[in-house]
Amino acid sequence: MTLAAERETEVVYPDPTPPVLGGFQGLPARPGWFSQHLGTAAILAVGGYLLGHWIGNVMTSGYDNVAASGINAVPVTAGLLGGVLGWLLGIGALNYPLAKMAGMEPRPDYESTSWTRYFRYTADHKVVGMQYVIGVLGFLFTGGLLAMAIRTELLSPTSHLFGPGTYISIVSEHGTVMMMMATSVIVGPLGNWLVPLMIGARRTAFPRVEAFSFWIFTAGYLVILSALFYGGFPTGWTGYAPLQTQAPQGMMSYLVGFAVIGVGMMAAGFNLAVTIINYRAPGMTWSRIPIFVWSILATCALLTLATPTLVAAGLFGILDHTAQTAFYVTEHGGSSFLWQNLFWFFGHPEVYIMALPGFGIVAELLPVFTRKPLFAYKVAAAGMIGVALLSFFVWQHHLFQSGINPDMRPLFMLTTELISIPTGFIFLVGMGTLYKAKIRFEVPMLFCLAVFFNFLIGGVTGVFLSDVPVNVTVHGSFFVLAHFHYTIMGGLIFAFFGGLYYWLPKMTGKTMNKKLGKIHFWLMFIFFNLTFFPMFLIGLLGQPRRVFEYAHNLQALNDFASVSSFVLGASFLVFVANFVWSIFIKPTPSPANPWDSLGLEWQTPTPVPYYNFARIPVVLNDPYHYGEENPPAIADLGDGILVAAGASSPASVAEDPRPPAE
Amino acid sequence: MSTDNTEPAGQDAPAAQADQPRHMWRIVAIWFILAAILDPLFYFLVGPHVPPGTMTDNASDNQFDFNILLVIAVPVLIAVWVYLGYCIVMWRSTRKGVPDPVGGPQARSHLKVQVGWIVTTTIMVLGLFLFGTVRLITGNGSGGGEGPNPIWTPTSATVLPVQVIGQQWKFTYRYPTFGGMETSQLIIPDHTTIAFHVTSLDVIHSFWAYQLSVKADANPQQDNVAYTETKETGNVTVRCSELCGIWHGAMFNYGKVVSKSDFETWAKKTEALTAANTKLLPPFAWTYVPDANNADGGYYPDNVDPYSNAEVYGATPGKPTPVNGQ
Repeated sequence: MTLAAERETEVVYPDPTPPVLGGFQGLPARPGWFSQHLGTAAILAVGGYLLGHWIGNVMTSGYDNVAASGINAVPVTAGLLGGVLGWLLGIGALNYPLAKMAGMEPRPDYESTSWTRYFRYTADHKVVGMQYVIGVLGFLFTGGLLAMAIRTELLSPTSHLFGPGTYISIVSEHGTVMMMMATSVIVGPLGNWLVPLMIGARRTAFPRVEAFSFWIFTAGYLVILSALFYGGFPTGWTGYAPLQTQAPQGMMSYLVGFAVIGVGMMAAGFNLAVTIINYRAPGMTWSRIPIFVWSILATCALLTLATPTLVAAGLFGILDHTAQTAFYVTEHGGSSFLWQNLFWFFGHPEVYIMALPGFGIVAELLPVFTRKPLFAYKVAAAGMIGVALLSFFVWQHHLFQSGINPDMRPLFMLTTELISIPTGFIFLVGMGTLYKAKIRFEVPMLFCLAVFFNFLIGGVTGVFLSDVPVNVTVHGSFFVLAHFHYTIMGGLIFAFFGGLYYWLPKMTGKTMNKKLGKIHFWLMFIFFNLTFFPMFLIGLLGQPRRVFEYAHNLQALNDFASVSSFVLGASFLVFVANFVWSIFIKPTPSPANPWDSLGLEWQTPTPVPYYNFARIPVVLNDPYHYGEENPPAIADLGDGILVAAGASSPASVAEDPRPPAE
Repeated sequence: MSTDNTEPAGQDAPAAQADQPRHMWRIVAIWFILAAILDPLFYFLVGPHVPPGTMTDNASDNQFDFNILLVIAVPVLIAVWVYLGYCIVMWRSTRKGVPDPVGGPQARSHLKVQVGWIVTTTIMVLGLFLFGTVRLITGNGSGGGEGPNPIWTPTSATVLPVQVIGQQWKFTYRYPTFGGMETSQLIIPDHTTIAFHVTSLDVIHSFWAYQLSVKADANPQQDNVAYTETKETGNVTVRCSELCGIWHGAMFNYGKVVSKSDFETWAKKTEALTAANTKLLPPFAWTYVPDANNADGGYYPDNVDPYSNAEVYGATPGKPTPVNGQ
């Protein structure tokens, strides 16, 4: 589209109508203590749990089969589902459908600047994004504490801190909590917060769905933690079937928890995918959207397409436990391979749900800190879509030694190794961008460079794992464990913290302390590598995953990894200290555009108004025009304000390159 | 694949200006020297010590495969690290005299670099795939579990079948060619092709005979076959490598590869010693089904309908003929 044509197609936008949030017209418009918030959600969740549990007991009383099965999973399942329902009801997520069903007109959303909005159900994507930040950090630190417990137990090969049951529950809980967290760690906070701003939209496509995805995510967190009160579950995060079938009630928390979180993942993914496809500002063509948005789009495609398999697989497991079906019971006509296949059919795309947003952040930040355009933008976008597509065709590499038909093995070796081609594009993009750059070593940039270092090790060891002959030695060992911690933690979590340091000044309007940030980075980077690199050796030397006893000759390596992991854990305390200090205790206002970014999200006022843009911007170019002598304008924010490189922030006035409108 | 056709990443990026140092050549030179030094060091010094050793043919095969991947991986790692290190040193904003970056179309894409990158990585990946596939097929499945119908089978005339039974939380071994005796220790003869028939009585376990480089999941009611050919005598560690419940970490035992004559002696003696026990065991079968009629924990072989009183015992027909280990 030519510039002149763009101006002519410019739309006059009416004042935005607030999204209808739900709730009953009779209730107070601006709720106080006696309306819906986190407190009512907690109360109704407990009530729902008790009610569900009671109903489950009533339903199953008198059934010999259930009584003879050793565990009665029905009340637990009904209780957990009732609790989730109560939680959603209490927070107000069900107000809209309930109001409609009652024939009443639902209440519109209201603008609020009170801190209490963070404890409510709200349609503002920026509030939901901040809720997600705290939510995923809570998730991450819970899983991290469990990891500390695991490493403490592994200090000694034979003397034990925990019993074997407690230990395996901790391992399972750690894996599940971390995997659930990782599905949303970037899409949830940064995706929800940034995507509408980056594409020039005033809100996401489905604000109620977006808020729902967060609140059901927190419900999933509570459900998975409830396993600890049922004595845990012994299956690890993979939940393999015959073990799952014989496991005690804690297993229900896993199955219900994954199903609940799965619904949230689908909701989050669907909402953002539709937003990106339909809510882009005029001129925001597919070749102009920021690369982070491409990564979120690819991730959302995976979230919506892969997660239903997990929910279905979880439902089968729930039925096996409650209704005595036999989906996974081999001797009654089911198959233990069914779970493995369903789980990994979800589980492998899930791995890329965790990798892609990290790539997006890295590719988004590099041009800002190198003052160069992103190298090979189209290759990067194509690589993300390629990874998303291929990720559906690799799941059987988790089953290389499982006894499935062996003629599939070369095929899945091929697809697994093929996926390293589009994954490798991120290195092409990154290295091309760094060439002849002028690198500013700000804290976010350090995290980005660390992603390249860590993910390279993770990726290269992935090729070892995909090679079937080599896989015989390393499958199921600490080598695998080290590999996926290098990709997920070394890639995704490092990118997430890079993104947080980069965007928190925008999200909160406060500057993060640079010195503490650097201490956090160096502690985390060094001790991450010292923790996980020895695990490659531990695995090669014969230590299987998830063991609480190991060979004496591996004690030195294990102790080294354990002690390093304690420092790694402590590095997160530096982040927490920085966060609390810089944002609450001694807040320093952040400059409007501290990194001199051309991204559209930096051109809005801070704090970002409820409807983001006073006028929908017209996008004229992609936001990577750094280092040019006469940079073109990036976007027209209205009132003659154009965004261009090389000028002061937030938005600079440059000469309008377009012909005047008629 | 040797070191010098592993292209360094981002090679020949935008042509250097005349007054600028030739950065790409420097990077390639540093990379080449480092790779040429480190690759042989890794191959010759680290390589021979790479697990799983050389006790069986596929153990040494898998060790060789690992080393080949290592020799390819090291230059790739060095290429990226050298490149990143060079960028960080040369183009850090705090260094004096770093020119301002030049944007514009030639900094946004470079067809030759992009095509070169894609072609190089594709060739590497396809090469790895071909290498892995050939090694897998010629290596008789490389010691991995091939399921009940193995397609890559050894040509050896004599194959000693050993059944591995996983249950919570131990491995036991049955020798069908020695009266179906069951032992708690894995003893196998040297210079013999072994067919491990791995099955489980309850949940999924994984039979990992570390030094033999054999790994096969033990699935309930499935006969998962893995082959290996022993080459040396020595001790073997067997660990469960699939999470199977709370005592998964304690599910390990030790075995031995002994000379053929020692094995014959041991097997004959053990068969006689355990004959009374063997009678009490479920008759030998390739898999076992929990007895659905009784709650006493008995097991039926898979070729017996657990719901009938038929007493048809013995190994399933159609399996490779077990040969006594001679």
